[in-house]
Amino acid sequence: MAGAVESAPKRGRFAPYGLLSPGIIWLTLFFLVPVAILLRAALSDQPERFVPSDLDFTWKWSNFSDGLDRFGPQFLDALRNALIAAAIVAAITVAVFVARRDLWHRIRVRLVGALVAAFFATYIITSTIDGWGDHFQRSFLYAGIATLLCIAIGYPLAYVIAFRGGTYKNLLLGLVVVPFFTTYLIRTIAWQTILFDEGPVVGFLQDVGLFGDSDRLLATPGAVIGGLTYNFLPFMILPIYVSLEKIDRSLVDAARDLYSTPARAFQKVVLPLSLPGVFAGTLLTFIPASGDFINAELLGSPTTSMIGNVVQNQFLVQLDYPTAAALSFVLMAIITIAVLVYAKVLGTEDLTG
Amino acid sequence: MTAVQDQPATVDAPASVEVQRAFPPPWLRRVGSWFLSLYAGLGLLYLFVPIAVIVAFSFNAEDSTYNIEWDGFTFDNWADPFAEQGLVDALVLSLKIAAIATAAAVVLGGLVALALTRYRFQGSGFVNLFLVLPLTTPEIVLGASLASLFIARTYPSPVPDSRGFDAVLIAHIMFCVSFVSLTVKARLRGFDWTLEDAAMDLGAGPVRTFLKVTFPLMIPGILAAALLSFALSLDDFIITLFNAGDQTTFPIYIYGAAQRAIPPQIQVLSSMILFASVAILVTGTLIGRRREAAATR
Repeated sequence: MAGAVESAPKRGRFAPYGLLSPGIIWLTLFFLVPVAILLRAALSDQPERFVPSDLDFTWKWSNFSDGLDRFGPQFLDALRNALIAAAIVAAITVAVFVARRDLWHRIRVRLVGALVAAFFATYIITSTIDGWGDHFQRSFLYAGIATLLCIAIGYPLAYVIAFRGGTYKNLLLGLVVVPFFTTYLIRTIAWQTILFDEGPVVGFLQDVGLFGDSDRLLATPGAVIGGLTYNFLPFMILPIYVSLEKIDRSLVDAARDLYSTPARAFQKVVLPLSLPGVFAGTLLTFIPASGDFINAELLGSPTTSMIGNVVQNQFLVQLDYPTAAALSFVLMAIITIAVLVYAKVLGTEDLTG
Repeated sequence: MTAVQDQPATVDAPASVEVQRAFPPPWLRRVGSWFLSLYAGLGLLYLFVPIAVIVAFSFNAEDSTYNIEWDGFTFDNWADPFAEQGLVDALVLSLKIAAIATAAAVVLGGLVALALTRYRFQGSGFVNLFLVLPLTTPEIVLGASLASLFIARTYPSPVPDSRGFDAVLIAHIMFCVSFVSLTVKARLRGFDWTLEDAAMDLGAGPVRTFLKVTFPLMIPGILAAALLSFALSLDDFIITLFNAGDQTTFPIYIYGAAQRAIPPQIQVLSSMILFASVAILVTGTLIGRRREAAATR
């Protein structure tokens, strides 16, 4: 018997690495290595454009500037856009709701809010002068608005399911997920059917008199944003639901016992505890939305095409790999910066702690 | 300390209760609460608008090539759901890829999750970060980078172009590993590892302990992760488009059809998938409820 106990495995030094290695090696080979190759392509010279020819690796940094010249003349505006899209949500939530007891913290929070608000105001003013005419700008603008709409629709829905769902909680959650068992493209085509020029919605709006004969819904920025909102909504609802579900209900009861109104109990207890869910949901919506090209292609027009359309076209149609690679890296860089700023401003562990 | 401070407050309480609770009067509160539920209900309805359109148009007597205008009701499409051979082949291919990718990702990702939750080791923080990276990279970047690996004109390589079935499979396993390991990890977080010690104290070897104790407890997490990765693989379009080569998966077929003509069978098959998943969901809920009832009895 004693022998059996001794032969029990030690919580070994090597076991975890052994378990990890197959998965991690796979990710390294097929995530990290391809990204490195893409970077190499971004710095390579393609001797003949439009023809699949071998690339020469020449540290050609001008691919980046050329790509941006062609598809995003106002690079700084694009960067500003990304920061803004991530910061709007954070600014509103932090400045309005998350004020702690101690004065210093409150001042700091308000200061961040004020700075971001000022930043946003400058942004609106400058961008109305410049116009929106470029793919990066559109990508982050559409993705940002879609993310905000997802919060506006998704948060109350997740709240009602988590706090009022009762025995139907799992069923309701299932209903949220079910529409997404149909293929992404089919759902987007269905929106085409709903929004097209002879379709029911346009017809109704014309009958009511809100729309003239030449007004349309399809091929507008609104249709693209609507499509993005719809397609990424569950990625917002589910993380918010998870974080709301985890909240200990006795905390809300305690707040009520201490004479807070329901609204105040929500603002002081529920909302701060659910912010990690909002944070996760924002990342899961904003990142795929800013790289998406399907909604812009099926619901939009050439004037609403996003950076995803450009990358897809350059890579698969024009076969201009260096340009596509350079633009991909700019997209990735902007998203990384936006995520870091957002994480810093919203600072999830600061809120849960 | 706090208790002492609280003492006078409770004495004054009744008055402040009236003041505080008077503000939103009960009727207003009820209206607000009703409005919130209504808003959520409308949100849920919004999710089903295109779904209703898909199901409706599967019954469309189609005259237009795009199956976008309503031309009258018919059962013909449902009577012959497999009329489009290309569509059926594409769906079969997608199901095959999803099944293999899920199986592989569950093994690879499950092991990663086990390592991360069961052991404390150097570099676990780094591994956690690494797992999230593929999810915080836009799909278009993942697709383009994998394609530049497989096209192989982008770097010196003996093989000219290896895009195709294997490439799609590799790509799907890659993003599914991330999803699976994060899902299983989340489910294992509250796991009581002393159960393993108990099994070993009772004389079970490490293999037997894993099979009889650890693995059964991991099953709910693994099932959830498998469902998720199957759905993600079946539905993936962007990464697949970049790496498919001459292969036509279900989403790629639909993408092509959207530019040429949309046969109503697309809507029929989509409705079938939808109804099947609803059936799985409902039976799952019912079984869960029966089990719960049995447990409390």
